[in-house]
Amino acid sequence: MVENTQERYVIFKLKNEFYGININYVQTIEKMIEITRVPKANAYVKGVINLRGEIVPVIDLRKRFNVESSDYDKDSRIIVNKIDDVLVGFVVDSVTEVKEIDQDNIDYSIVDEGFNDGFIKGIGKIDEQIIILIDVNKVLDN
Amino acid sequence: MFDLEQYVDMFLDESKEHLDNLNQRLLDLENDDSNMEIVNEIFRIAHTLKGMSSTMGFTKMANLTHKMENVLDDIRSNKLNINTKIIDILFEGLDILEEFVKNIENEGSESDKSIEDILNRLEKIENIEDTQLDDVNIQNEEVEDGYSYINNLVTKAKASGLNAYDVKVTLDESCMLKAARAFLVFKSVEEDGEIIYSNPSAEDIEEENFANSFDITVITNVDKNILMDKIKNISEVNEVQITEIVNVEMNGIKNEGYQSNDSNVKNKEIEDGYNYINDVVNKAKATGLNAYDVKVSLDESCMLKAARAFLVFKSVEEDGEIIYSNPSVEDIEDENFSKSFDITVITNCDKNILIDRIKNISEVNEVQITEVVDIKENDNSEYQEKNVETNIKNKKEPKVSNTKSNNEIQSKQRKGKTGKTVRVDIDRLDNLMNLVSELIIVKTRLEDIDISSKTQNMNEAIEYLETITTSLHDAVTKVRMVPIERVFNRFPRMIRDLSKELNKEINLIMEGEETEVDRTVIDEIGDPLIHLLRNCIDHGIEMPEIRKSLNKNEVGTVKLSSYPDGNNVVIEVCDDGAGINVEKIKHKAIEKGVITKQQSLVMDDKDAANLIFSPGFSTADKISDISGRGVGLDVVKTKIEALGGIVELETQINMGTRFIIRLPLTLAIIQALLVMVGNEKYAIPLNNIKEITNIDRSNIRNVEGKDIVLYREQTLPLVDLGDVIGVQKENVEYSEESTVVVVKKGDKDLGIIVDQLIGQQEIVIKSLGKYLSGINFIAGATILGNGSVALIIDTNSLF
Repeated sequence: MVENTQERYVIFKLKNEFYGININYVQTIEKMIEITRVPKANAYVKGVINLRGEIVPVIDLRKRFNVESSDYDKDSRIIVNKIDDVLVGFVVDSVTEVKEIDQDNIDYSIVDEGFNDGFIKGIGKIDEQIIILIDVNKVLDN
Repeated sequence: MFDLEQYVDMFLDESKEHLDNLNQRLLDLENDDSNMEIVNEIFRIAHTLKGMSSTMGFTKMANLTHKMENVLDDIRSNKLNINTKIIDILFEGLDILEEFVKNIENEGSESDKSIEDILNRLEKIENIEDTQLDDVNIQNEEVEDGYSYINNLVTKAKASGLNAYDVKVTLDESCMLKAARAFLVFKSVEEDGEIIYSNPSAEDIEEENFANSFDITVITNVDKNILMDKIKNISEVNEVQITEIVNVEMNGIKNEGYQSNDSNVKNKEIEDGYNYINDVVNKAKATGLNAYDVKVSLDESCMLKAARAFLVFKSVEEDGEIIYSNPSVEDIEDENFSKSFDITVITNCDKNILIDRIKNISEVNEVQITEVVDIKENDNSEYQEKNVETNIKNKKEPKVSNTKSNNEIQSKQRKGKTGKTVRVDIDRLDNLMNLVSELIIVKTRLEDIDISSKTQNMNEAIEYLETITTSLHDAVTKVRMVPIERVFNRFPRMIRDLSKELNKEINLIMEGEETEVDRTVIDEIGDPLIHLLRNCIDHGIEMPEIRKSLNKNEVGTVKLSSYPDGNNVVIEVCDDGAGINVEKIKHKAIEKGVITKQQSLVMDDKDAANLIFSPGFSTADKISDISGRGVGLDVVKTKIEALGGIVELETQINMGTRFIIRLPLTLAIIQALLVMVGNEKYAIPLNNIKEITNIDRSNIRNVEGKDIVLYREQTLPLVDLGDVIGVQKENVEYSEESTVVVVKKGDKDLGIIVDQLIGQQEIVIKSLGKYLSGINFIAGATILGNGSVALIIDTNSLF
C-alpha cells in the first residue's frame, strides 16, 4: 500500500492560481490550435479541435471555473484528458510541470458543498505552494 | 489457475450466435413440428451451449441447457411429442439464457435469477415420457392425436412387414413382485419388438399400480406364437392372450396412457437402411431416372483426395443426386478413405456421360459404373438415414438437377462459412475505416494545393490516388455492411409472443432481409423497429372480431420489408390494421397542448398523422405493456434522425398504416456541400439537398414570424442558417439576392439561406463524441483538407 501514497499531477495555471490534474487522466498536452466553435453548446465549451484525426471537444477552464476570461497567448495550452473513455480538452493559461504530491500533503477537508461549484477535490501542498486539485468528472457534469 | 477471462469475449460472441440460431430454429419448429431435422439442430445448439457454458464455469446456463437438451433428446427419440407447451417453455429457457449472456457481458457473471422454476418444469416435461402423459388436463385433440399416432405406427409397421399385436398378460395371483415380472415381460418383448402402448401406463406398472393383468400393444418382427412362448416362459405369468391388430380401436385405449416409444422401431428401420435406398431407387426409376453404383478410384499420388472427391461429388450433382456414399460424406471430407470410394447416384444422364464427366476430373484414375438393380444389405454399414430421408422429400419433382440433401447443404454452408469469414473486432474495422478516411483527407488536401503549382504528373498522381481511395473506401464500407437479417431475425419471435399476449392472430411477412446496411445501423435500428412493430400490432391490428365485422381477414398482416433505394436503404413497416384516426389524433394533440385548436383546423391529414411522433404523445386509450406509455414514436424519430435518416408515415382508415424509414447507405463517408456562414465553414450532406438557387430578398414574405418565399409556384419556408447557429455577422452587407440551399425531408422542402457556397466535397463524418451529443442542428464534424474542423449541419432538425 506504500505506492499509493504519492500521485503525480500535471500542474497548470489559471490567472494567478495553480491547479493540479491527476496525470492518469492526461493523454497529451497541446499548444493552441484552431478551435472550431460549436453552436448552441454550453458557453464554456470552446468548440472542437482536430487532434490527429480525432474530433475532441475543448472546455475553457477559465469560463468553467468562472475565472475572468482572457485571450489565449503563446503560453496557452490544451490539456487533453481521457475521462471515462471520452476525450476532452481543457484550455489553461499555461502548464508548468508534473509533480508528485504526497497523500499526506493533500487536504480534502476543505472541500464542502458550494465550494467553487464542487470542482475541487482537495488542496495539495508542495513546499508551501498551494495546488488546487480538480475533480475532472465534475468539470464535465452539466 | 487456468485463466478463462480471455475467452469470455469469444464465448459471448459465439453464444449470441447460437442463441440467435436457437430462436430461429424454435420458430421454425413451431411452424413445422414434425421436422426432426430442426429438432436435431436445436439439440445440437443446446448441446454446444451446454459445453461452452460449463467450460466457462457458468453453471446455471449449463444446467438449464442440459435440461433443455434432455427434453429435446426425448423429442428427438420420439419419446415426447412436441406441443406448444414444450415450445413455450423452450422459448422461456432461451430468454433466460439470453438474459444470462447479457449479464455476463455486462457484469462478467450470470445474474442471480433463479432457474429452479424452469428447471422443474423442464424436468416435468421430461418425465411425461415416464408418467405417460397422466396430465389430467390433457387436451382431447392431443388424445386423439395419440390414437391416430398409434394407428399410424401400426400401419407403418405393417407396411414394412412387421407384426402388431395386442397382448394381454395376466400374472399369477400370488405374484409378489408384479412390477418386476412386468418388467421382465417388457424386456422380453422388446428384444425383438417395440411396445408402443401399454395400459396401465408403464409408469403405473412400474409402481405396481395394477391388479394382476395389463395390456400392451407391440410391434415386432416375430410371430405370434413365438411371442406367446417367450412371455409364457417368464415365471409367474399366468396367461397370455395375443390378438393381431387389424385396426386400433379408439375405445381400446384409455386417455392416461399410450406409450410412444417408437424410437426403437425407427432405429430398427435404420438397421434395414437399404430399404430406404431401395425405396429411393425404385422411386427414381419410376420417374425415369437412372440409378448407378459408381466406384471412383483416385490416383495413387493424389495429394488432395478430399478436394478431388468433392469435385466428383459436385460434377455428379450437376444433374443428379448422391443418395449414398461409402465411406460417409464426412469421412470423405476428412480424407478418411484410401484412394477409392463408392457412391450411389440417381441421375437423369446416361452412364457413359457420367463416366466421361468423372474421368475428366484430374487425378481420377478409374471409374466403374454399374446400374443398381438391388442394393445389398452389407453395403449399408455406414449408411446415413437422414440423408435419404431428406432426399426422398426433395425428390417430389422428377427433375433432380439441383436437389441436394438438406444435410449436405448445411454442412457445406457451414464449411464454406468457416473457410470464408473471419470474426473481426469492430474496433479494428473502425480503425481501418479511419485510416481510409485519413487517406481521403490527404487526397482532398492534395487537390486543394494551388492549381498553378500542379504539374501534369501531379495531376495524374492525384487522379490515381483518387481511384485507389475510392475503391478502398468502397471495399472497407462493404466490410462494414451486414445484411439487415441480423435485426429482422429477432422479430418473428417477438411477433409470436405479442400475438399470443394480445390474442391477435398476426402474420408477419418479411422481405429483403438480405439488404445490406452499415454495421452501425444494425446496432441502432433494432429498438426503433421494435417500437414500430409493437405499435402496429397494439394499435394498428384490430381484435379478430372487429376485423371479421369489417370483412377483413381475421389474421392481421404486418409486413416488414427492406430495399436499397439509391444512396438510401428503405425499411418499411406496414400493417393492414385500423389506420390512424386523424381526428382523434388532432383531438388528443389539442388536449395535450401539442397544437392549438386553430392549428388543428388548418392542419392537413398528413401533418396531423405525423403528430404521433411528437414527444409525450400517446393515443392509447389504456396503457398496456406493449405500447402506449407515451414514449414510443418520438424516440423512434429521434433515433432514426440521429442515424441521419428520416421516418415518414402513410395511413388510411381501416386500410392500415405504413411507416417508411430512410437511412443513408453508408454513414462514415458522404458527399457534402461546403458553405460559409459568417466566417465559419459548414457542411450540408448532399443527399439531403434538392437544389441550390438564388432568391431575391424582396420576394421573401414574413408570415406569422416565418419567412417564406414563392418558389416554383410553391411556398418554400426559409431559415437563415446564420440565425439558427448564432453566427455573429460582422460585415453585414445585404445583397439583393440570397443563396438558398433547398433541402428535403420526406416530401417537405426547406430553403436554407447561407452566405456563400464553397463547393462539393467528399467528407468523412466524425462524431462530436458523447460529451457534445446533446447538440441539435449538428450531425457531426469533419476534418477538411487543411486540417481544420467543419461541422455538419443536420438539415432534418431545421424543419
